Amino acid sequence: MTSLRYFVGIDLGSTTTKSVVLDEEGRILGRGITNSRSNYEVACEVASGEALIDARFGLIERDLKGRGVGEEECGRLLKALELRFREKQYRAQLDNLCVTIRKILDERKEDPAVVLAADTVLSTMNEEVSELYAEGSSRKSDFFRDLAGSRYLSLAESEARGRGVPYDLLVGLYDKAILEVENMPAAEDAFAAHASAALADLEGAPEALGDAIAAVRELEMIEGGSVGTGYGRQTLPFPKESIRSEILCHGLGAHAMFPGTRTVLDIGGQDTKAIQVDENGIVTSFQMNDRCAAGCGRYLGYIADEMNLGLHELGPLACESNRPVKINSTCTVFAGAELRERLSLGEKREDILAGLHRAIILRAMSLLARSGGIEDEFTFTGGVAKNEAAVNALRELVRENYGDKTINISPDSIYTGALGAALFCWRDHRRTRAA
Amino acid sequence: MNKKEESKAAQKDSSQIRQKNMIAAHYSRLARAPETGEKCAYTFVPGNLTELLRSFDLLPVLPEINALQSAMRGKSRDYIRLAEKAGHSEDVCTYVKCDLGMMESGNIGPTGERLPDPDLLLLSYTGCFTFMKWFEILREEYDAPVAMLHVPYQGDGEITDSMRKYVVDQLRNKVIPAMEKVSGRAYDEDRLKEELARSAKAEDDLVAVLESARNKPSPIDAYFGGVYYIGPIFTAFRGSEEAVGYYEALRAEIEERVRLGKGPITPDGEMGPEKYRIVVEGPPNWTSFREFWRMFAEEGAVVVASSYTKVGGVYDNGFRHDPSRPLETLAEYCMGCYTNLNLPSRVDMLVRYVEEYEADGLLINSIKSCNSFSAGQLMMLREVENRTGKPGGFIESDLVDPRYFSAANIKNRLESYFQMIEQKRAGVAARGA
Repeated sequence: MTSLRYFVGIDLGSTTTKSVVLDEEGRILGRGITNSRSNYEVACEVASGEALIDARFGLIERDLKGRGVGEEECGRLLKALELRFREKQYRAQLDNLCVTIRKILDERKEDPAVVLAADTVLSTMNEEVSELYAEGSSRKSDFFRDLAGSRYLSLAESEARGRGVPYDLLVGLYDKAILEVENMPAAEDAFAAHASAALADLEGAPEALGDAIAAVRELEMIEGGSVGTGYGRQTLPFPKESIRSEILCHGLGAHAMFPGTRTVLDIGGQDTKAIQVDENGIVTSFQMNDRCAAGCGRYLGYIADEMNLGLHELGPLACESNRPVKINSTCTVFAGAELRERLSLGEKREDILAGLHRAIILRAMSLLARSGGIEDEFTFTGGVAKNEAAVNALRELVRENYGDKTINISPDSIYTGALGAALFCWRDHRRTRAA
Repeated sequence: MNKKEESKAAQKDSSQIRQKNMIAAHYSRLARAPETGEKCAYTFVPGNLTELLRSFDLLPVLPEINALQSAMRGKSRDYIRLAEKAGHSEDVCTYVKCDLGMMESGNIGPTGERLPDPDLLLLSYTGCFTFMKWFEILREEYDAPVAMLHVPYQGDGEITDSMRKYVVDQLRNKVIPAMEKVSGRAYDEDRLKEELARSAKAEDDLVAVLESARNKPSPIDAYFGGVYYIGPIFTAFRGSEEAVGYYEALRAEIEERVRLGKGPITPDGEMGPEKYRIVVEGPPNWTSFREFWRMFAEEGAVVVASSYTKVGGVYDNGFRHDPSRPLETLAEYCMGCYTNLNLPSRVDMLVRYVEEYEADGLLINSIKSCNSFSAGQLMMLREVENRTGKPGGFIESDLVDPRYFSAANIKNRLESYFQMIEQKRAGVAARGA
């Protein structure tokens, strides 16, 4: 096997860009995700690049198994390899960040104290990389922007204080540089380079791993086509015939994940969609929120900011509530005011949060009702499907209104739209070939 | 939106230019009324009594038309703001607010000329409760007499003798005496009959134009183009010689398009190949009318029938004004307007459209501030879906409030709807094979 044809689906969302890569049999080869950024084209490129990396890891695993390596050993090796790989990837991006920041400092002829502060921050970050990717370590995000940003800001704060340099200036420097760094495409041979370097770091790795990497590295990956979808569709960097409605993509993606699906609820950053599909995953009816983004994922984002919490911390906190507060408004604009008022009334944070989650789901229930109700099976997708409190509220309201229904939530639900897009791409290809 | 593209002059066919001139001439005539001494009556499109008004030489002024014309000229935003400042809530019908704002700003009509004050407020009530409140406000403002015609709702889906008599009695005892008083003329039934005979003639041609959409490709867009075709007959011209001439010419123009196998003409030029045939329920959005139309045309979607083009009268069910029964026929006309039909009758009509026009499905444009239209629309959508087996679509906008037109959202839903039709066709084809 020297070449492999693949099909890409890309879902350009308001928060993240997702990509799914399928092989010629329509099976999932890999998935990739990145933060959506100012340059949509790069966001799509990075997401597909990530999906291809994931695909290659999958192929390495397949190859290893073919060489007689056991299941458990395989998993261990790949996990170790991927950790080292991510470290190399991070280092490469950190190098780009250093170069970019120094370039900006030069252009501005910045004060030596500022240059020294920035240099210190960056070299400390360099020293910390091994620790960040140490065995058993955990990272709050997989995106360079978040990982590097959180370290940079915290280091810059102490540097600024210590050297009497304005903190805002150092922050501004990062904000400017990260835009450029994010929009630099990865080097052509990045996979090969990082994988080889990662392998070299693994002491006592069996020969089979080296052979498997070499085989996959040599494999020529040929793109058979791509289909895009997502919120930014009007500006998606694809030709018009390669763009599919996100509603159709979510319907088909949910059908592929759970073939029994008849109703799909997707709560994304800026919109909520209620979709009915038939036994082939074809959309028969849908409803979505209008121009108002009340009750969408973004709403939770504002609440998290207002409470000084991470988005992922909201759900667990809400789950601690015993007495949810009744909240009717899910207006994103008034979110902060609503929250402060509740707090001033002496309500507990977890009770308010539980009420907010329920309010979001109530709004979704209205869209579901308008789209034709909930049929068995019911699949919940989108970023909010990862939130346990939202899922609990949904289960409760579905039972109250529609009785016992099978509710599907996939750990990969964030890739539903991209998977649907990839399937459309794959089907198009098959149809053209058949004709 | 591409501003450069938008500023490109809209493409018009000759009937549209003729129609535009007719309406402009009417506005000028209204503007000159204070000098010429002509009397005018403010009245509404659904259930309008144009032939009767014309038989008294009274000029109709139609506030809904003023509002939509203001919107198409980009003036409604400011008018609505003025009305809201005066205390009218965000939920009030935006036609009303646009009209009140226009009044507040000197009652300058769409052509830039001042509209005359009403000599009579002719309130024909057909299914829209807001009409009554609207004219209550105008009565305060102008101190003009109100003649109310209460048109009973077709709750049971039919017009009974007692309903007909109820309307005719009002015409005879309330409306006609009010018109006699304002105009200083006596009721002239012969003249009314002549007007009605001309109405029926124009109505024949209008129906032929609307039904031309049964052709493939359809030579017309029966929603976006349709609003131009109904313009004269829904406003000041029903019963006039001008209307007869206009509809004759329009019909000939459309028949020529059919002969040439042409599709509709849009403001951006001839439309490309017809890919989707859609039935639309609900009024259009007027503030982004051209952009809205383009969202259909660019996807190859043609509207082959619409309910909105029936608000000022339903004629494609065989109804014609009948000069031999002048007051009875006016009563039947009023009771037969689309907004006066009960929901099962509306569903029947839409199902018939989907079937007879071989449409791909029903799309509803739900209007934020219009309860009269919006009530029951989701039920209607489901019913039509069930009975025709064709997929339904649902979008939301507003009549004349630009704040309620979210282009990205509407485009998203429209494209999803068209792709859904495509997918459904592919699925059917695959199963058939």
